[in-house]
Amino acid sequence: MSDSNSSFGNRGNRDASVVNMKGMGTIDGTRRSGPVGAGRAGDPFLIGEGMTGGYGKGADILHDCTIAVEKGQIAVIVGPNGAGKSTAMKAIFGMLNLRQGSVRLNGQDITALNPQDRVKAGMGFVPQVNNIFPSMTVEENLEMGAFIRNDDIRQTMQQVYELFPAVAEKRRQAAGELSGGQRQQVAVGRALMTQPSVLMLDEPTAGVSPIVMDELFDRIIAIARGGLPVLMVEQNAQQAMNIADKAYVLVQGANAHTGTGAELMANDEVRRTFLGG
Amino acid sequence: MSNTRQSAGYSAWRAPVLFAILAILFVLEGTVRNSMFSGSWNTSLAILNMGLLSAITALGVNMQWGYAGLFNVGVVGFLALGGLAPVLVSLPPVEGAWQAGGSRLLAALAVGVGVLAIAKMVWTRTRSGLAITAILIAGFVAYRYLFDPAVIAIEANNPSRHGNIGGLGLPVLLSWLVGGLFAAVAAWAIGKVALGLRSDYLAIATLGIGEIIVAVMKNEDWLARGVKNITSIPRPVAYEVDLQNNSDFIGFAQSWGFQAAEASGIWVKLSYMTLFLVLLLVLILLAELALKSPWGRMMRAIRDNETAAEAMGKDVTRRHLQVFILGSAVIGIAGAMMVTLDGLLTPTSYNPLRYTFLIWVMVIVGGSGNNWGAVLGAVTIWFLWIKVEVWGPALIGLLTAAMPDGPMKLHLLDSAPHMRFIAMGLVLLLVLRFAPRGLLPEK
Amino acid sequence: MDILNALVVFLNFVFIPAAAYGAQLALGALGVTLIYGILRFSNFAHGDTMAFGTAVVILVTWGLQSLGITLGPLPTALLALPFGIAATAVLVLATDRAVYRFYRVKKAAPIILVMASVGVMFVMNGLTRLLIGVSEYRFDDGARFIINVRDFRDWTGLPEGLALRSTQALTLVVAVIVVAALFWFLNRTKSGKAMRAYSDNEDLALLSGIDPERVVRLTWIIAASLATIAGTLYGLDKSFKAFNYFQILLPIFAAAIVGGLGSPLGAIAGGFLVAFSEVAVTYPWVKVVGYIAPGYEPGGLMQLLGTEYKFAVSFVILIVVLLFRPTGLFRGKSV
Repeated sequence: MSDSNSSFGNRGNRDASVVNMKGMGTIDGTRRSGPVGAGRAGDPFLIGEGMTGGYGKGADILHDCTIAVEKGQIAVIVGPNGAGKSTAMKAIFGMLNLRQGSVRLNGQDITALNPQDRVKAGMGFVPQVNNIFPSMTVEENLEMGAFIRNDDIRQTMQQVYELFPAVAEKRRQAAGELSGGQRQQVAVGRALMTQPSVLMLDEPTAGVSPIVMDELFDRIIAIARGGLPVLMVEQNAQQAMNIADKAYVLVQGANAHTGTGAELMANDEVRRTFLGG
Repeated sequence: MSNTRQSAGYSAWRAPVLFAILAILFVLEGTVRNSMFSGSWNTSLAILNMGLLSAITALGVNMQWGYAGLFNVGVVGFLALGGLAPVLVSLPPVEGAWQAGGSRLLAALAVGVGVLAIAKMVWTRTRSGLAITAILIAGFVAYRYLFDPAVIAIEANNPSRHGNIGGLGLPVLLSWLVGGLFAAVAAWAIGKVALGLRSDYLAIATLGIGEIIVAVMKNEDWLARGVKNITSIPRPVAYEVDLQNNSDFIGFAQSWGFQAAEASGIWVKLSYMTLFLVLLLVLILLAELALKSPWGRMMRAIRDNETAAEAMGKDVTRRHLQVFILGSAVIGIAGAMMVTLDGLLTPTSYNPLRYTFLIWVMVIVGGSGNNWGAVLGAVTIWFLWIKVEVWGPALIGLLTAAMPDGPMKLHLLDSAPHMRFIAMGLVLLLVLRFAPRGLLPEK
Repeated sequence: MDILNALVVFLNFVFIPAAAYGAQLALGALGVTLIYGILRFSNFAHGDTMAFGTAVVILVTWGLQSLGITLGPLPTALLALPFGIAATAVLVLATDRAVYRFYRVKKAAPIILVMASVGVMFVMNGLTRLLIGVSEYRFDDGARFIINVRDFRDWTGLPEGLALRSTQALTLVVAVIVVAALFWFLNRTKSGKAMRAYSDNEDLALLSGIDPERVVRLTWIIAASLATIAGTLYGLDKSFKAFNYFQILLPIFAAAIVGGLGSPLGAIAGGFLVAFSEVAVTYPWVKVVGYIAPGYEPGGLMQLLGTEYKFAVSFVILIVVLLFRPTGLFRGKSV
């Protein structure tokens, strides 16, 4: 934490008549992107390979971690609490400093890009929390998702509405007023508006009811079957592996087990440790 | 991370060295006569005395900000309220004022407070907006019925010389405590409302109450003659005239090589300085003791992590209210002392820029949370505030020396004294940028 | 009972002045609320920004007048307004670059920005004093009245007169245009929506490809324009005195908070609420009551509070609203 941030400690931050803490950012938007390199032959569509690093100058959280997604597939990252699941995804998205390893997307090495430019390079990212613009309408949320596009976005918006009919009905309502599940749908829809080449979801089902969760999973499968590769972090390992083409079990920031969902479900050790028998 | 990082710990010599530098500046001001310094001990001590009072004010603000993180933007109001105390306590009674409307006035004030108390009680019991509105309207009518004739009577009593309620003729030193009490009561009322809301709105509340207090003092002539000002407030120290007529003092002054006139001024200022210093040191001692006590540790714990403190069952609002009242009381004491030092109360002089925001510059420059920092910042900033008014024109004069005479040069020279505002702003911005913890960071 | 005359008195002394004052407060509060929503701090320098902008407008007005350029019946200051806005925008953008940006990039807690704004307030206050001094100026030229008292009496035959000063009408017209333009910008244009998105969620805005620095620049330019327009209208309506602009900070903050900080609609509602209450509470109602209830002879002026206490009114409204609605009148819909 920088000095001017801690210089006043927590003083004054309670007084709503002078400070506005709502919606404050954490990502450093001033970091500039480095050059884009060439990918390697035989790469999967998206791969974060041998990633080692942590937040800022802090200790390493990831240790030689590799995550990949193939075209048209769903890959999930599972593991116990604190295993670095979300961190691995954020590493792929460029939100932490990699000391080793590289991230390659669609035949290009994008390790040096900042998150904004990764979005432009084709990544659609849905953060775990704070993933909508609460005071804006559903439609405006989708428009903001397509901010970088200069072409006609109406068709994409129509597709999103077809995918999520529940939010289509509420397109004129403020997104913050929707239910938890509908907000997640708006968040996913917003990410789809850039017409990404890969969709990355950080615990999309966190805090929603089981019924809503099943529905969300259905939508995600539909997205993947439509040809868009999906990479997601999931807390509910059982359900996640059921729909996964490929699953990565992380333990303490490193790959512990990798395989298809069915393979891992059949693996005794995985079942015992992570799936509760 | 960058050049702004200040080490958490700093040299033990830092505070003594900075205070020594400041002392040297005052000695230079007292002894050297050139374009930068006046060479007059009277000027030097006058700056120091006001600097010490600013230090006490800054100490009060630092208790609120440094200990609890409360942002009080109504310092001017508490200072003004404290300044009312010497007038009401130590001025001789005004003949006929109490007979004219004193009892009726007290009754009016009692009714006012009573109505508010009843309204509050009814509200907590019934939550009925209609009942509250009715009570408040009836109360307001009753209050004005009692209040207006009383005020007219008091103000009609010898209006050219008095027209106010007058004092009690008690010692002026006592009024300093009363000033603290006045401010504490006001702080209790504001804090009760503004700190009890879902999130604090203390900044705007204090900003508002500051303006209101000053407006009341300007317009309620019965209180302290409003803009007609109060003069000749009694002093706790000797008068210059008496000293100059005292042959012992003249001899004493001559033995030091001073003229009686100059020496009497210096003597008075030294007496004030001693008084102020003693009080300042006592207040710092109390503040430091409080900070190191379990109460102070809890204050800091709450400030650093409110959620955790609340989870541990600490009543955060109550603690905040306590420290807000204490800090305001200190500010009120300083306000009473300022009026005593000046010997007059001029409500129009209470300008928020000078009495609220300049105090804030002092606290931030000195170091949030460090009492000695508040003192250092206050005296330093006050010295600069006074001297930049002198240095500004000198600097502009130097810069424009080569310019041909004309309206532009004239305008620049005329406006040079305003440079102090820019200078103070720049000092604050530079400190925030390069030493945000202040000159003497909190340990 | 003489409703017509009572109404005329009411319009003349309460409604028209309060409407004009409310529009000025609303424009000021809009600037405060935008800065609060997007830069996330209360800008204590806003009053002095208004003063600076108005000072530039006055200087340019004098320049234009000395060149013989006027706007006929309209105040010359309208012609000078774009220059004032440009100068103020340059000043606040430079301030942002030199002061605020540093903390924004470091993601510092907003309280340090509040402190910095106090420093900026001192500097701007000094700059305005250097520029124009501390005296009081009237810079309103052009026609004084659209309707004056005598014409109104001749025209209607009523004993009570009604005056509509051209500055009051101008204030309302300009305020309506400015507010309409601002709302159109915020709700209909891509840049305006980007500003609202940034206010809602900085990180997500960044990840959506919105350039934060561009949003911040736009905000400062809009805030500078609003401040200059509000300051000029206030100065035309009353007079220009640098210190008054510092004092108006309290009703402006009160208006912004009453409406719900961060909500433009709230800022406007708050501005008018504060202005109408101020005027209504400090107006001596005896004349209006005299017309409505001719037999009734009240003892005094029927003035609830002296005009000196108008600041108290904004304060009391603030407290009452916050007690019942802690987030202000319009919550949720932030910038």
